[in-house]
Order: sequence, then C-alpha cells, then structure tokens
Amino acid sequence: MNSEILSFENVTFTYNAEDGPVRPAVADVSFSIQQGEWIALVGHNGSGKSTIAKLMNGLLFPNKGKVKVFGQEMSEETLWDIRSDLGMVFQNPDNQFVGATVQDDVAFALENNGVPHAVMVERVHEALSQVKMEDYKDHEPHHLSGGQKQRVAIAGALAMRPKLLILDEATSMLDPQGRMEVIETIRRLRESTGLTVISITHDLEEAALAERIIVMNLGQKNMEGTPAAVFSQGSKLTDMGLDLPFAMRMTHLLQEAGVGLQEEHMTEDKLVDELWKYYSKA
Amino acid sequence: MEILLKGVGYSYAKDTPFEKRALTDVDLHIPSGSYTAIIGHTGSGKSTVLQHLNALLKPTEGVVMIGDRKIEAGVKAKDLRNVRRQVGIVFQFPEQQLFDETVLKDIMFGPLNFGVPEKEAERRARELVVQLGLPEGVLDKSPFDLSGGQMRRVAIAGVLAMEPEVLVLDEPTAGLDPRGRREIMDLFHELHITKNLTTVLVTHSMEDAARYADRIAIMHKGRCVVTGEPKAIFSNEEQLQDYSLQPPRSVRLQRDFEERTGLKLGEVSLTEEVLAKNIALAMADGGGSL
Ligand SMILES: Nc1ncnc2c1ncn2[C@@H]1O[C@H](COP(=O)(O)OP(=O)(O)OP(=O)(O)O)[C@@H](O)[C@H]1O
Ligand SMILES: Nc1ncnc2c1ncn2[C@@H]1O[C@H](COP(=O)(O)OP(=O)(O)OP(=O)(O)O)[C@@H](O)[C@H]1O
Ligand SMILES: [Mg+2]
Ligand SMILES: [Mg+2]
Repeated sequence: MNSEILSFENVTFTYNAEDGPVRPAVADVSFSIQQGEWIALVGHNGSGKSTIAKLMNGLLFPNKGKVKVFGQEMSEETLWDIRSDLGMVFQNPDNQFVGATVQDDVAFALENNGVPHAVMVERVHEALSQVKMEDYKDHEPHHLSGGQKQRVAIAGALAMRPKLLILDEATSMLDPQGRMEVIETIRRLRESTGLTVISITHDLEEAALAERIIVMNLGQKNMEGTPAAVFSQGSKLTDMGLDLPFAMRMTHLLQEAGVGLQEEHMTEDKLVDELWKYYSKA
Repeated sequence: MEILLKGVGYSYAKDTPFEKRALTDVDLHIPSGSYTAIIGHTGSGKSTVLQHLNALLKPTEGVVMIGDRKIEAGVKAKDLRNVRRQVGIVFQFPEQQLFDETVLKDIMFGPLNFGVPEKEAERRARELVVQLGLPEGVLDKSPFDLSGGQMRRVAIAGVLAMEPEVLVLDEPTAGLDPRGRREIMDLFHELHITKNLTTVLVTHSMEDAARYADRIAIMHKGRCVVTGEPKAIFSNEEQLQDYSLQPPRSVRLQRDFEERTGLKLGEVSLTEEVLAKNIALAMADGGGSL
C-alpha cells in the first residue's frame, strides 16, 4: 500500500524575489508523503508552513524544484485536475468563504466538480452534521463566531471527499472538546477511506497523534520522524520556538522536583502508570 | 477601570429577517485591576460580550457601565473616543484589525489618532516589534504580507501601543507558536501587574485561564452562567461538563493521579509547576523513596 501521494523535490520559494535578496520562505525542501499517512507539519511563526500548503495546491509555484501531487507535477495545466481531489482549509476561514449561505459555501466545490444535485445535497448535509453545523445551514458564513467559521470551512473540505486533506491550523479557534471531535471525525474518515492528512499545527498534543512530524525552521526542513523520535530531541525543539507535549513536560518537571521517573512519557496514562509503580514500590 | 454589564441582551441584525440573538440577560462585573478569563463553548457569546466592553456593539437590552460612561439600550451614545482610548481590544482574527500600508504605520495609527506625538508613537512601535518577537525588517512590510502568527503579533502591538487601561484579548494566542504563546501571555501578565491594568481574556485554553486569571466567567448559550475564582471553578468538573468544558490538563492529571495512588494533594493544582511540586511532596510524605 506504500504509494506516494505527494512529494517536494528541492523546492525553493521566495515572495517578491524581484525585489532583491530576501530569505526564501521555503528553502530547498524535500519530502515524500505516502497514501493514507497522517502528517503533522510544525514550526515557529514564519517558518514556511503556510507557504508549503500553498505550493501543495498550486496557489504558488516553486522558483526552483518540483511539487508532485497524485503522480503529476503541479503546473498551470495539472492544477485543476489535482485540486478536484484535494481539500484545503486555510488559516483564516474568512478568506475562503464564497457562498452567501453556509450550505451554498459547502456545496461550492462540489458544484465546480460537476457533482449531480441530489448527491450534492446529501453530501452537504453529511459534512455539516460531521462538524455539528446543520442548524446554521442558512446563515451567512461571515456572520458566525470564530469557531463556527472554522467548522464550516472544514465541512467544505470534507464534502468534496478528497483523497488528500490539508489543514492549515484549521482547529485553532475550536474549544478543546470541539477540536477532539473534529480530529476524531477525520481519523475515522481516514480509516474508512484511506484519506491522507497533512495538518499544520502549533498544538503539540495534536502533532503527537500524527504518524510522522515534519519540523520547519527558518524556511528549511529541520527534522522529520515519528512523534517519539522528534519529541526525544527536547531542547533542540524548544530552541526553535517549539515545545513538548504536556505529559513530557510533566515528566521533566517531576524529575526536577526529585521524583525518580525512569522513562519519557508521551501520554498522561503512561505517566500516571509509572508514578503509581514508583509509589507502590517505595 | 471598572466595567459592569447589567441585564445585557444583544441581537445581531435586530429588526430584520436575519435577526440573531447572541446574548440574553448577561450580568457581568469586571472589577478594576482584575484579570478575568471568559470561557465557553463555540458560539456561546464570548466575542459578542467583548465587543460591548468598548461600545463597539451597544446592548439591545440593558446597560453597560465602562468606568463612569453609561451605554444604555435605546439611548444614543455620543463621543466614544475616550472609551476607545481606554479600552483596547485584540480581535479574534488579526486581519480584522490590520489595514495600513506598512506595519510601522499600522502600529502607529492608534497612538497618533489619540494625540500621541509622532516621535513617541514611532518609539513605541519600534520597541513593541522587538518585544513581540517580530523579525527585523518587518516594519516596512505590508501587514498582509506576513505569516498568520506574525500578523497576530502586529495586531497585538497595535493595541499595546495605545497603552490602554483595560486590555481585552479575544483568543490572543491562536496562531502563535508555543514560545510566542508563553512569552506574549507573560508579557500581558507583566503589563497587567506593572501598569495596573484591568484585563479580560477570552480563551479556549483552560491552562492559560487557570494560570493567569484571578476570576473566571463561564458563558453558555448567550448567558453568563457562572463566575468565580479559578480554584473553585476548575475543581468542579461536573459543572464544567454541563457547559461542555473540562478542567486544565494539570487538574485532570491530578485527579487521575489521586485516583490511582489514593494519595491526596490537598489543593487543586492550577499549573503544571505546582502539580509537579505537589506530587513530589505527597510522594515523599506518603513514603515514596525520593
Ligand atoms: N504574501 C507574502 N508576501 C511576502 N512575504 C510573505 C507573504 N506571506 C508570508 N511571507 C513571509 O514568508 C515567510 C513564511 O511565511 P508562512 O506564512 O509560510 O509561515 P508559517 O510557517 O505558516 O507561519 P505561521 O505559523 O505564523 O502561520 C515569513 O517570513 C513571512 O513573513
Ligand atoms: N456578525 C454576526 N451576525 C449574526 N450572528 C452572529 C454574528 N457574529 C456572531 N453571531 C452569532 O452569535 C452567537 C455568539 O457568537 P460569538 O462570536 O459571540 O461566539 P463566541 O463565544 O465568541 O464563539 P467562538 O468561541 O466560536 O469564537 C453565535 O451563535 C453566532 O453564530
Ligand atoms: Mg501559517
Ligand atoms: Mg469568538
């Protein structure tokens, strides 16, 4: 099942390159993503994550290097074909809304893709219920609360039934429960449909759930690996403006306070387990 | 500066077919010098409440007292300049706040508008850009040619440059990287203490609410349903669940630890540092070999 769905080959991109020498927003970045993977893309503010997302859906084209999606090189010619299977949720949902009502907005990409009306209606309904926004289907998307806007933007991407879903901080304004629900929904979709997910996030608890993390720093790819491997780099991450998941921070704080924990824990359950063992042995 | 909401109701697009009620009978007291966190589910009315704190929205029912200014439903409010100068709001989406050609002009706009001399306004802008960890050279860029987190920092700088007495923050850390989040929340807290500000924070981070606030207000379906101290609010898990909320991670871990070991830590641990200290103490007392 290991087939490549997206790759960057030595991609460099500079905004306004004509204005003279500025640091590239994305500098010589390469990676390969396989079908069905869940990737977290993390990095400090301005490290190039959203630029990478825009290169992935052909909103921007590299100055150097190649972007390949679904086996085709991204270009003016392949762009529309690629986009019909690619769902994208931008950092600010307001920039993304096109419909006058929530349901029109969610239906927009489907109409563009020529989905028959009856199917469309059903998918819009399904997508809105997946994000718990059916009650708002006749509302104007710009006149919603911050979290409601993000839910609608996510519904728009889900309704397309994409093969590849790119989320650019798509849950940053959801309450913790809402965020877990959305992550759970996408996780289920992934299991049932083989969806590939690339999630850009500052939430390291969320990144810890991914199969693989790509870490950006100053426009360059700095690290790539499983959450356990990436988070074991500790101070290297904090030096880049990042942090560790809560359970790992707690492990370190407890060790500093004199509790002799032996292992690094990524989850609270495991941490409590070791604390209990440690305590009951004493 | 003290702010008081009494019986406040608000409907968007009132008296049109699109009328949408967002607030019902909200009573909220924000004492001068307090740090209040407002928490609540998506759509519960938090941002709507915040926009009443500087009369950007006027109540369709009830009264808002901002210092000694009274804003009353159905009564025209004249000259809100002073209110706007005293109460600075950082909006939920930074794009709502940015508009000028360059970052420098954008940050200087507020102070200039309220009569601060040009030199002083520019000094503040240059200092804030550094304090907020923005990269060099950002001052001459368009605020729209920035990354999401950089825009957020510029929007915050623009509000701090006005040196308001009341600082109102609508999810100010959304989009910030982890270091920026901590540094900027610490900066707000430092300003709160040293400049004796009144601070109101809307956040989905129960951890930030627990760490920084001295009062918590819970919004639920357009009503302010509970107010209280963080320790009382966050140790009542059942009540939080009623409003689709949960305690901060440190409190949940404390609960799991206590259930598992049978030890009791005594106080509810609002931050991870306090929790680590309390667990270490309890394990030492309880016979754990340290
Ligand atoms: N439209 C633009 N014009 C010029 N420069 C830009 C533009 N958009 C972004 N940049 C710059 O490119 C760099 C990378 O920005 P990008 O938006 O990719 O960062 P990011 O990793 O998504 O950051 P954040 O976490 O803040 O969203 C930053 O230095 C930013 O200032
Ligand atoms: N401009 C608007 N026009 C009409 N209705 C609105 C508008 N803005 C918000 N609403 C509605 O008012 C209610 C309260 O919204 P508000 O933005 O205050 O919520 P919130 O608590 O800030 O939510 P979030 O955590 O998602 O930001 C919601 O039901 C929302 O749909
Ligand atoms: Mg970004
Ligand atoms: Mg809001």
